[in-house]
Amino acid sequence: MTGAPSPLIEADGLSKVYGGFTAVDGVDLTIAEGEVFGFLGPNGSGKSTTILMMLGLTEPSGGTVRVCGLDPARDPLAVKRQVGYLPESVGFYGDMTGADNLRFTAQLNRIPRPAAEERVAGLLAMVELADAANQPVAQYSRGMRQRLGLADVLLKEPRLVILDDPTLGLDPAGVVWLLGLIEELSAERGIAVFLSSHQLHEVQRVCHRVGIMSHGKMVLQGTVADLTAQTDAGGFGVTLSVEGADDALDAALAALPGARSATRSGGEIAIESEADVRAEAAAAVHAHGARLLALRSRDRTLEDIYLRYFQEAAVA
Amino acid sequence: MTALFWKELADHFGRRRFTLLLGLVALGLLWGAFVDLAALARQGRQFFFLDVFTSASGVPISLLSFVSFFGPVIGVALGFDAINAERAQGTLARLLAQPIHRDGVYLAKFFAALLTLAIVIASMMVVVVGVTMFRMGIAPQGEEIVRLVGLGLVASAYLAFWLALAITASVLLRNTVTSALASIGAWFGLGFLVTLLGGVIAQRAVPDAATAAEAARRISIESWINRLSPAGLFSEAAAILLDPFGGRAINLFAVEQSRLEGLLATPVSAAQSIQLVWPHVVVLVAMAAALLAASYVRFIREEIRA
Repeated sequence: MTGAPSPLIEADGLSKVYGGFTAVDGVDLTIAEGEVFGFLGPNGSGKSTTILMMLGLTEPSGGTVRVCGLDPARDPLAVKRQVGYLPESVGFYGDMTGADNLRFTAQLNRIPRPAAEERVAGLLAMVELADAANQPVAQYSRGMRQRLGLADVLLKEPRLVILDDPTLGLDPAGVVWLLGLIEELSAERGIAVFLSSHQLHEVQRVCHRVGIMSHGKMVLQGTVADLTAQTDAGGFGVTLSVEGADDALDAALAALPGARSATRSGGEIAIESEADVRAEAAAAVHAHGARLLALRSRDRTLEDIYLRYFQEAAVA
Repeated sequence: MTALFWKELADHFGRRRFTLLLGLVALGLLWGAFVDLAALARQGRQFFFLDVFTSASGVPISLLSFVSFFGPVIGVALGFDAINAERAQGTLARLLAQPIHRDGVYLAKFFAALLTLAIVIASMMVVVVGVTMFRMGIAPQGEEIVRLVGLGLVASAYLAFWLALAITASVLLRNTVTSALASIGAWFGLGFLVTLLGGVIAQRAVPDAATAAEAARRISIESWINRLSPAGLFSEAAAILLDPFGGRAINLFAVEQSRLEGLLATPVSAAQSIQLVWPHVVVLVAMAAALLAASYVRFIREEIRA
């Protein structure tokens, strides 16, 4: 195939109405091959419903969605052969061992037995469950189940994996491990990842692009840098902790080239500027004879954008 | 679908619930051991191995009545949590995210449970026949074998109906306890109430049964109402198959059995009996199919949320 790669997921005006309630309202999104997409939004914003429509587990009320170039409502099997889905609360047969649960999934995917054995062993090692492989899943902890779920999703060697809140129930180390795995899947195996999550900080680290859902609508979509530009005018922010600050120092800092304002409260001076003024600000404090105790530059994090957006939405 | 079928089958045989089924087979063993064979032998009836299933001498009730009453419980036990338990433990979403058809899930579950039931019924019948052979030192004749195989099939169709009912409940009701209770309620209603009502309605319709024509009319009304119940259909079909001499063999249902003892000088042939029970089997299978179809439509369109 030549030319532009066709998107793995292409939703166009996707909607879902339950009775009189609109759960998903005209969502447009595209996900390219090998891309990691973060799908964010508060509970009840329509994330899970959107995912169900992508998999043909519920029918859209309006709009279209194509996954791997296919309509999941018309051609669910072809879609499910190429897409791995980890549901919000993944369940396994408790009386079967972890390895047997995976073998069963392999059978459902018609993976020949020798290949299946190889993949099951490899995946169990990858999710660090090799030691627990022959324990019944009923004895697994929540985190172990989640990891088994990831192995289960990867068993069919998918082109795209859809993870619905996979960090739920993982401890902080588990979250770091999971995100490392997601990066690896994308970078080394070229698997696209559609990640629905609340872990904003981590999502920012691994996702190429993010989309934010609110009340069934996709309100923001793009790279984290794009979203920064969409939610405020950008710029830099530096906060200085200074001993011996006075009004003269404030004035000197506000007068730095590129600085817009400098406001002091207690021993902290916050500078808003158009360019990076950290070095100049430090020199100015020094020149003024005051003691600089700390200097922090403000990054626009996804969390800022997210909170800012939802605060604005709540005010509006 | 085959992978799921074998897993389900293995589940049925591995689960604790299977002890219930084994209990049924063990009961066959007890019945075979305690039925008063001497009394049966004294009667000098022609089809000894059939009488073992219908005789209540030496045992609380006949094995046939027992299966008719409690067979539904077994059917319900294998089906009441077929779909909703998968939903509750979160495996349904994962299962349906695999490249298999939804109807495959549904049918694999039904047929795995049906095969389990058929194996249990066959084992129980073989045990009863085996114990009787051991005690009496005689072997069943060809015609007895044909009739018993027929009984096995009718019993399987009967239990298939209850299984279909329970699977329907498991699709419609989210809670496994609710669906078990609903299935048991349906068993009570269809199994007992219909039969009781049949007698009352027939009595009301024909209050005075002095003449033979009136008595026949009353019996006919009662047996038609009974046929609305799968339990009634099963009892009637089983009686036709197992008693080639009795009144039921010629479809005089609900007449006191003792009055019809030896009514027919020559037995009805097995082929004729099978012809008589054929409609019963068709109706049982149709009832099961109708239930399955109704819940199937619901299941296929349902949203699968984890």
